[in-house]
Amino acid sequence: MFGLGILSGLLIVPLCGAAFILTLRGDEESVKRNARWAALATTIVTFLLSLVAWNRFDPSSPSFQLVESHAWITETIRFKLGLDGFSMPLMLLTTFLMPFCIGASWHSIDTRVKEYFVAFLVLETTMIGVFCALDLVLFYLFFEAGLIPMFLIIGIWGGKRRIYASFKFFLYTLLGSVLMLLAIMAMYWYAGTTDIPTLLQTRFPAHMQTWLWLAFFASFAVKMPMWPVHTWLPDAHVEAPTAGSVILAGILLKMGGYGFIRISLPMLPDASHEFAPLVFALSIIAIIFTSLTAMMQTDIKKLIAYSSVAHMGFVTLGLFTLNEQGIQGALFLMISHGIVSGALFLCVGVVYDRMHTREIAAYGGLVKRMPLYAAAMMVFTMANVGLPGTSGFVGEFLAMMGAFKANPTVAFFSVFGIILSAGYALWLYARVIYGKLEKPSLQGILDLDTREKIILAPLVALTIYYGVHPAPILDVFAPSTEQLMAGIRTALSNTQTAAAALPLAR
Amino acid sequence: MPTVHSVLPTLAPLIPEIILSVGVMVLILYGAFRGERSVEGVNVGALILLLLALFVVVSQAPGIKVTTLSGAFIQDSFAKVMKALVLLGSAAAILLSRDYFQRERIDRFEYPILIVLSTIGMMVMVSANDLIALYLGLELQSLAAYVIASFHRDDLKSTEAGLKYFVLGALSSGMLLYGSSLIYGFTGTVSFPGIVSVLNENAGFGIVLGIVFVAAGVAFKMSAVPFHMWTPDVYEGSPTPVTAFFASAPKMAAVAMTVRVFIGALPDVTAIWQQIIVFISIASMALGSFAAIGQRNIKRLMAYSSIGNIGYALIGLASGSEEGIRGVVIYMIIYLAMTLGAFAIILSMRRRNEMFETIEDLSGLSRTHPWMAFCLAMMMFSLAGIPPLAGFFAKFYVFAAAIKAGLVVLAVIGVVTSVVGAYYYLRVVRIMYFDEPKAPYEAMPIGSLVVLTLSSIVVILFWLLPAPLVGAAGAAAKSLF
Repeated sequence: MFGLGILSGLLIVPLCGAAFILTLRGDEESVKRNARWAALATTIVTFLLSLVAWNRFDPSSPSFQLVESHAWITETIRFKLGLDGFSMPLMLLTTFLMPFCIGASWHSIDTRVKEYFVAFLVLETTMIGVFCALDLVLFYLFFEAGLIPMFLIIGIWGGKRRIYASFKFFLYTLLGSVLMLLAIMAMYWYAGTTDIPTLLQTRFPAHMQTWLWLAFFASFAVKMPMWPVHTWLPDAHVEAPTAGSVILAGILLKMGGYGFIRISLPMLPDASHEFAPLVFALSIIAIIFTSLTAMMQTDIKKLIAYSSVAHMGFVTLGLFTLNEQGIQGALFLMISHGIVSGALFLCVGVVYDRMHTREIAAYGGLVKRMPLYAAAMMVFTMANVGLPGTSGFVGEFLAMMGAFKANPTVAFFSVFGIILSAGYALWLYARVIYGKLEKPSLQGILDLDTREKIILAPLVALTIYYGVHPAPILDVFAPSTEQLMAGIRTALSNTQTAAAALPLAR
Repeated sequence: MPTVHSVLPTLAPLIPEIILSVGVMVLILYGAFRGERSVEGVNVGALILLLLALFVVVSQAPGIKVTTLSGAFIQDSFAKVMKALVLLGSAAAILLSRDYFQRERIDRFEYPILIVLSTIGMMVMVSANDLIALYLGLELQSLAAYVIASFHRDDLKSTEAGLKYFVLGALSSGMLLYGSSLIYGFTGTVSFPGIVSVLNENAGFGIVLGIVFVAAGVAFKMSAVPFHMWTPDVYEGSPTPVTAFFASAPKMAAVAMTVRVFIGALPDVTAIWQQIIVFISIASMALGSFAAIGQRNIKRLMAYSSIGNIGYALIGLASGSEEGIRGVVIYMIIYLAMTLGAFAIILSMRRRNEMFETIEDLSGLSRTHPWMAFCLAMMMFSLAGIPPLAGFFAKFYVFAAAIKAGLVVLAVIGVVTSVVGAYYYLRVVRIMYFDEPKAPYEAMPIGSLVVLTLSSIVVILFWLLPAPLVGAAGAAAKSLF
C-alpha cells in the first residue's frame, strides 16, 4: 500500500492508534473508556499484522526478509527495514506483550488516561522499529526515541520516587547511547554506508574494532543492564507502573542483547573474541552478586528487577561464548525471560492493585484466598528459577552448555546463579503465598477476576509450552546463528593466520 | 568566476539588500509623518519587506557564485541559505513582538525599522568578502541591536542590558578591527581571496596575533566562551521578543560570518585557528551545560542553552571540512526552529497582564495547556539531541564531521556534555509534566501561534523528510570549497 511494506505498516498502525486517541473528545469517563478500547484494538491489530509478517517469513533462510528500503537522508543512509531469524522472534514478543500491558493498565491507570495510552503506543512503534531497522542510523533513532515515552510513563504514572527514577533511567541510557552514536559515525566513514547488511560484510581493522566494540558496549551494557551499570534498573522498575515494568523487563532489556547479536558479534568478531573474558567476568559478577542482592530485598518488584539483571548475566554469558549452544541459549533466554519476567510483574501488579503496597512483609498466606493466583505465580516462579519443563530451563541450560564448552571455570561459577535464583525466588513465593493468612488487611482480598485470568492464562500456557517444546523458537534462530558462527569462524581464523604469518614475513 | 567590469557595479546580487534598504527608508518616513498611529502599518510593512527579500533570496538561481562591489560582496549558495535563515528569524521576531509590545505599552514604530536595519547588516555580514565589508555589516547589525536591547526604556533591567551590550560589544568590535588591521598589515590586502593567495602554512607571528583577535571578536558576537559573559544578562534584561530576536537571526549571521572568515579567508592556515575553535567549542559546550543547571529564569536558561549550542555548531567548523560546514549549516537551520519555538511559548506565559519568567511557572503546563506543553517538551528533547527530533540530526552531522576529521576527543567531550545538558532540558519537561498545575495562562497570541506551529512542524517531522534541508546545506557548504 502506498509503496510501503508490512513492516512500515507495523510502525504506522500504533501511531495511527495514538493519533486517534488524541482526537477523542467528550466527557471524562467516556474518553477514558474509548481510549482503553482504542489502545487495546490497536495493539491487537498490530499483533495480528505481525502474525501476517511471521506467516510470510521463511524461517529456514538466514537472510533478511520482508525488506523494504525508502529514500531517507542520503543515498547511503536509507530508511531500510527487514527481519531475520534474530529479530523476528523479538519483534513478535513485542507485539505479543503489548495487549497484555494495555490490559494490565485497564483500571490501575485512572489519571491522564489518554496521554498514557498515547505514550504506550508511541513506545510500541519505537520498539518495533529497533528490531526492524536495517540501517544503523535508523536503529539508533528508534533505540533512543523510546526513551521519551518511557521517561514520561515512569515520571507521570510512577510511584513516590518516580522523578528520581525517570531521570536516572533517561540519563544513564543516554550517556551509553551517545558513545554508540560516535561509533556508528566512525563505521559510516569507514564503510561509506550505515546499511546493516553491507556492514555485516565489512571487515573493520583490528584496532578500530576495539574502539568500536567499547563504544557499542557502553550502550548495550547499560541497556542490558550489566553489572556495574545496572543500578538504574531497580529504581526504574520499582517506580514504573505495572505495564511500564513489563515493557522494561520484557522488551527494553532485550534491546541490549539484540544489539550485541546484531552489531557487536557479527561486525566486530575480533574485538568480541578479545573482550569475551571481560564480558564473562562481568556476567559472573552480575549473576552471583545481583542474585545475592535480590535475596535481601523487601520490595517484590525490586527483587524481580535484580533477578532480571542476573538473568541478563546469563544472556551476555551465552552470547560471548561464541558457539552455537551459547548463542542459541542466550537468545532463547531473552524470549523466555521476556514472557516470564513480564508475567511476574503482571502478577505483582495484581496484588498491588488490591493492596497498594509492594512490601513482601505486607503479604503472606495468599494461597488461602487466591488459589488461582497462587497457581499462576507458581508457574512463573518456577520458570524464573529455571525448572525443567518451563521455558526458563531451556535457555539457561543451553547458555551454560555453551559456557562449559568455551570455558569450564566460567560455567562452574554460573551454576551458583541457578542455585541462588532458586533461593530468592522460592523464598519470595513462600513469604507471599504460603504461611498463615493472619494480616487483617488481607482477609477480604479477592482472587483473579476475569480480566486478570484472560491476561495471565496465555502466559502460563506459553511458559509451559515452550518449556516442553522449544523447537519452534530455536528453529527460527538456527539458520541465522549458523551464518553468524560461520562468519565469526572465518574472521577469527583469518586473524590467526595473519598473526601467524606476521613473523614469517619479517 | 565571471565578473562584469563596468562603471557601475553589478547590482543583481544586491537586490534583496536594496529592497530592504529602500523599503526601510519609506517606512521611516511613513512612521515620522504619521507618528504613533503608524505602528500597525510599519509592522506589516516590515514583515512584507522581509518576506519579499526572502522570496528574492530563495528564488535566486542556484549554484551561482557572483562577486560585486569590487569583490567586496559575494553571493553564493552559502550566503543564500544563511540569508534565508536570517530573514526568517527577523520575520519571526516581528511576529512575536506585536502582542507583547502592545500590552507593555511600548508599542513604537521604531522597533520593526530597527529590526530591518539590523537584518540588512546581517545580510552584509553573511555576504562579506573582505574585512571592511564584514566590519560594516557587523556594526550596522550591532548598533541596531544595542538600541532594541534597551527598547523598554523605562525599565531598569532593559536599559542596563542595552548599556552592557553596547559597552562589551564596542570592545569586541575593537578587537575584531584590531585583528583585521593586523591581518591587513601582514598580508597587504583586506579581500578574502587576496588573503588566501598571500598566506601560506608558515604564517608569521603577526598573522597569528591577528587571527586570535579576529577570533575573539567573532566569538563575542556568537556568544561563545570565553566571551559569553554578556549573554545571560542581556537575554534576561531585554524585552522577551528582543531576546527571541537575539537568540535567532544575529546568531545565524554571526556563525555565517565566522565561517566566511575562517573558511573563506584563512583556509590554508587551518592548523593555527583550528586549535582556537576547538578550545572555544569545548569551553562553550561545557559552560553551556553545567552553568545552565542552576538557572531558574527561563530566559537565562535559554541564554546558557544558546552558548552550549554555539559550542556544538563550532564542532563542525573545527573540522574545517565540507562535511563540517554542512553540519554547521544544518545545525543553524534546526537551532533556529528550536529556539523560535521555545520563545514563542515563553512569550505566551502571561496571566492578567503579567509575564512569568521562571521555570517553576511552567509547572503542570501539560494539564492546563496540553498542546503548548507538548510543543515545548519536544523543543526541549530536541535541544537535548534526542531522536527522532530535529536536534538529533543537527548534532549528528557536526559530530560525524568531527569523527571524519579525526577530532574524536572533541566529539566525545561533545556527546558527554550533551548528556549533562539533557539534565536541565529534562528538568523543564519534568516541571511541565510531573508537577502539579497552576492557574492557566491566557490564550496564545496569534503571532506566537504561527511561529510555534511552523517551528514545531520542523522540529517534530524533520526525520520524515530530511533530504531537502540536508541537500540545501550540502550545496551551501560546497560553495565555500
